[in-house]
Amino acid sequence: MTTTAAATAASVAPAGASAAVPKAGFDLLPLALVALLALGGWPLIGSTSTWLTLTVAGLSMGMIIFIIASGLTLVFGLMDVLNFGHGVFIALGAYIATSVFAGMADWTGSAQLWRNLAAIGVTVLLAVLAAAAVGWAFERVLVRPVYGQHLKQILITMGGMIIGEELIKVVWGATPIAIEMPEALRGVVTFGNSAVEKYRVFATLVGAVVLAVLLFTLNRTKVGLLIRAGVQDREMVESLGYRIRRLFVGVFVAGSALAGLGGALWGIYQHGVVPQIGAHVNVLIFIVIIIGGLGSTTGCFVGALLVGLMANYTGFLAPKVAMFSNIGLMVAILLWRPQGLYPVTNR
Amino acid sequence: MLNRLLSHDLPRNRGLAIALVLILLGLALTPFLFPGTKALNVAAKIIVFIVLVASFDLLLGYTGIVSFAHTMFFGIGAYGVAIASTRFGPTWGVIALGVAAALVVSLLLSLLIGLFSLRVKAIFFAMITLAVASAFLTLASQLSEFTGGEDGLTFKVPEALQPGTSYLDAPLLGASVDGRFATYYLLFAVALALLLAMLRIVNSPFGRVLQAIRENDFRAEAIGYRTVVYRTLASVLSALFATLAGCLLALWLRYNGPDTTLSFEIMLDVLLIVVIGGMGTVYGAVVGSVLFVFAQNYLQDLLKIGASAVEGVPVLAQIVSPDRWLLWLGILFVLSIYHFPAGVVGRLRALRRRGPKP
Repeated sequence: MTTTAAATAASVAPAGASAAVPKAGFDLLPLALVALLALGGWPLIGSTSTWLTLTVAGLSMGMIIFIIASGLTLVFGLMDVLNFGHGVFIALGAYIATSVFAGMADWTGSAQLWRNLAAIGVTVLLAVLAAAAVGWAFERVLVRPVYGQHLKQILITMGGMIIGEELIKVVWGATPIAIEMPEALRGVVTFGNSAVEKYRVFATLVGAVVLAVLLFTLNRTKVGLLIRAGVQDREMVESLGYRIRRLFVGVFVAGSALAGLGGALWGIYQHGVVPQIGAHVNVLIFIVIIIGGLGSTTGCFVGALLVGLMANYTGFLAPKVAMFSNIGLMVAILLWRPQGLYPVTNR
Repeated sequence: MLNRLLSHDLPRNRGLAIALVLILLGLALTPFLFPGTKALNVAAKIIVFIVLVASFDLLLGYTGIVSFAHTMFFGIGAYGVAIASTRFGPTWGVIALGVAAALVVSLLLSLLIGLFSLRVKAIFFAMITLAVASAFLTLASQLSEFTGGEDGLTFKVPEALQPGTSYLDAPLLGASVDGRFATYYLLFAVALALLLAMLRIVNSPFGRVLQAIRENDFRAEAIGYRTVVYRTLASVLSALFATLAGCLLALWLRYNGPDTTLSFEIMLDVLLIVVIGGMGTVYGAVVGSVLFVFAQNYLQDLLKIGASAVEGVPVLAQIVSPDRWLLWLGILFVLSIYHFPAGVVGRLRALRRRGPKP
């Protein structure tokens, strides 16, 4: 699959590639698919300004989903653990956002941008720390005893999700909580005729930063090298003397932290949270990581963008079938590439 | 005779056998033993859940596939009866039509999902069914002119089953023999037949192949069984049984809406019941359903007592509050996966096996 895909794809060799080490070309076709979807939406929607609004909305939604899903896909790729309880970290992040925003109401309500950003910064920091801590405990208590047993993993992490959701209800109550958007991020920026919500631009920027950091860590640092090697062949890395389990705990905690961050952004994006937020987003991120290819970060990114765009376009064109459009997208992509957009070897 | 009826899959433990007989008698005699609407409703819910959970066990316990779309088929069954009855009026023919249509839809849908996703790893199936089920839930609440949207559909059942229909003027042994009474026994008989049919399936050569696939799919394939075909068949069969369970529920409630049959909460309930009752045993579904529905209806009362005992203690009072009963079941669920993965029934059976050894 990989070879045929790489052969048909327009491959670009990096400038510094030496002849001695053969490098697989980067597969550009999936990225082209994003562009194709965006362009295909344009004539259907008709008006350019609406299209631009929807596209930016789709991209920002995709970015937030990417932040949440990236941790999950890495955990799966590295350790073959699919965490159905990932939604707990999302919900935790979102609920912490409600508390921080309530506590810093005069900061979020202020018209000064820096004070808003500081409030969001505190939110993000707390959400990340809390999700990381809970993630560590989750791995320790629930996931560790069931390594290598898929069925039990699914059940246990689902049980973790039930317990986590109930505990969140214990702390924050079962009723929905509204989140007030920070003052300076309210409203829209206009480009010509099209209006783009400020918060969406902000979310896209945050997503881009996360993507950059993630790609840098994975591709340019030793830890990233080990993670990628672990995804490819866990036993080999272990036999070279690296403690893959410790690495895995790190990835799990980082993945949970990312989910917390994404959850906080998502909660603000949705203007409020309900206890079931984790379960709702879970569905989206599963579609994303299936589309992207389980274990692939790039695939996860492309998949998130596709899902975000698709959700916004169909939400505008045919709201009743919006949810089904993502399933349709997933089916179409799996028919084209049964292992997802960027298949990871050995899985 | 009994051996044949139970397909040679006897309880194999005295305690379990006694429990099963008690449950059977209790359910059969509920209208006489516990007159009153609440008891009858609880009993009917138990009956429907037994069928639903046993059909899920066919998939999870016997074949080792995790599906999150089981309530979707449950909902299709309930909507089949509900939509047919609202459109064409309350007659038996219409109900038969609704059941048949629901079965066909479930058959096609489960075949499609199965063929599409069971080729790859089991984990794919879990995720894809989760996505499809949530999409279906959204669709059902969106197409309001067809499904009644969030409000659902309230419909009339055939006259023989309506509560107003009275068969005997005087109550018989304390039970009023009316349409509800008839509906209850219709449910009871159908559910019993379905349960025995499922027992037959899992103890047939086909069922053995399913268990072989659960234990080691690679070997099963190597012996010469096409695992994709068997897995797909198992998922289709379990979908059909779930559909029938949905039809039963709709007949009992005379109502169906997204929250009653399709919601993810019910899926989680089913998962909890299968695991706590015992995966890979049809009897586990029976025992688990009884325990769960009782817990759902009466654990809250128990927790209320507990909550009043620890009132004033800040965190503890909230944790034992009656609204948090699911928390306790979730903890029980996780513990049972760790410590007795075969559930209550498996535990009981293991007791007997260990008994005579020393």
